[in-house]
Amino acid sequence: MAALQVEGLARHYGEREALSDVSLSLAEGQTLVVFGPNGAGKTTLLRVLATLLRPHAGQVRVLGSSLPQQAWAVRGRVGLLGHEPLLYRELTARENLRFHARLHGVAEERVHELLEAVAMSARGGEPLRTLSRGMVQRVAVARAVLHDPALLLLDEPHSNLDPAAIELVAPLIGAGSGRTRVICSHDPTGALAEADVVLGLRAGRPALLRAAGAVDPVEITELYR
Amino acid sequence: MSALARETPAPQGEPTEAARAGGPGTLSVVGALLRKELLVELRTLESVPGMSLFAVTTFVVFHFALNRSSVEGDLAAGILWVTLLFAGILGINRLFVADADQGGFDGFLLAPVDRSAMLIAKALTLLAYLVVLELVAVPAFALLLLGPPLGPALPELLVTLALGDLGVAVIGTLVAALAVRTRARDLLGPLLALPLLVPIVIGGARATSPLLALTHPQGPAARWLLTMGLYDLVFGLIAYALFDFLLED
Repeated sequence: MAALQVEGLARHYGEREALSDVSLSLAEGQTLVVFGPNGAGKTTLLRVLATLLRPHAGQVRVLGSSLPQQAWAVRGRVGLLGHEPLLYRELTARENLRFHARLHGVAEERVHELLEAVAMSARGGEPLRTLSRGMVQRVAVARAVLHDPALLLLDEPHSNLDPAAIELVAPLIGAGSGRTRVICSHDPTGALAEADVVLGLRAGRPALLRAAGAVDPVEITELYR
Repeated sequence: MSALARETPAPQGEPTEAARAGGPGTLSVVGALLRKELLVELRTLESVPGMSLFAVTTFVVFHFALNRSSVEGDLAAGILWVTLLFAGILGINRLFVADADQGGFDGFLLAPVDRSAMLIAKALTLLAYLVVLELVAVPAFALLLLGPPLGPALPELLVTLALGDLGVAVIGTLVAALAVRTRARDLLGPLLALPLLVPIVIGGARATSPLLALTHPQGPAARWLLTMGLYDLVFGLIAYALFDFLLED
């Protein structure tokens, strides 16, 4: 079964078209990598798939449910890691994760397990505002996978992470996590290696949609020109 | 697909969206949200101290501006309710700021939960702020301005304040949720809240006035208490019906 099925998706902000005529299909367990310059519509696409934005035209099916009509069935099965960590600065890492665990009906043990996994147990009792950006990003990774989502939506997931931290979070959000993933990236070499399908966006329109094996990195570089 | 296409709500009598999606119960979510709200306020002290300080300062200003050491009756009730209203507006303006600025809305909207849990939790949070505000403001009012003794009027005053607080909490939450997603949230919040809160202030002041009379103090007029109760109920239902749409894109 296709984890994602998108046909003719369009989304606008007022008069401005953020996405237009986007179609794609992604099988369960596969990784779609989305490339495109700033403002190309990558984040908008992720937010539509996460049920945070309504599609204005086209058909969108996520994990077998139509959006926006069956958004309730998708929530809780999607993990979003965006530019914002979606965490409260005044709360500690542990308190933030506990809060999200209660929103998702997840047991407390999972919080401890994930703090260990992202090597934040020792600093888990400190307010987020006192942590470095890399540490906050590690907590945000833990938040995104707290409820064991079937689909991960990752917007430049490695931003602020050092090489050691990237290795640390790989079992949670990397190819080995076994989850269906949509990744927005500006790193052709790194992200292409993880991709099964590549989507290139330019000004909200698809400029490239192909199996990753058939994509030349030069084509991706061209998207940014 | 139409641009107006929306999520299909659970029909009347059917399980809620949270239940359909296998999410946690509403009470558990309200508890989690309320705990988070109170923790954030305890750490930042952004709302309640400001509200309380504003109320006390306003009483001092009235004390000197009216050039009177004591007030009673209509004037006392008016000063008390208008001051509480404006102090409450400060709390309303801050109610959703942390959620809007730190992605709390998105975090909540991604969870398989009943969205009215946020309305309930935020209204309870605002209610708690107002109660703490009144614990400071009412004694300060009695000390700085009130002529008649507060003690005999206190039980009935508490009932009147509770009805007023309920209305302010519900209307304030609704208005704050609407305003916080706009660029002019600091302006829009009070502009929308004040007209909607005028009936609460009128009802509260009219019900409180006989309690604070210097001679022959009487109980609050039942019709004003009923009016406030009815207004609270109507806005409670309106807020429940509209809140989902305010959170949606």
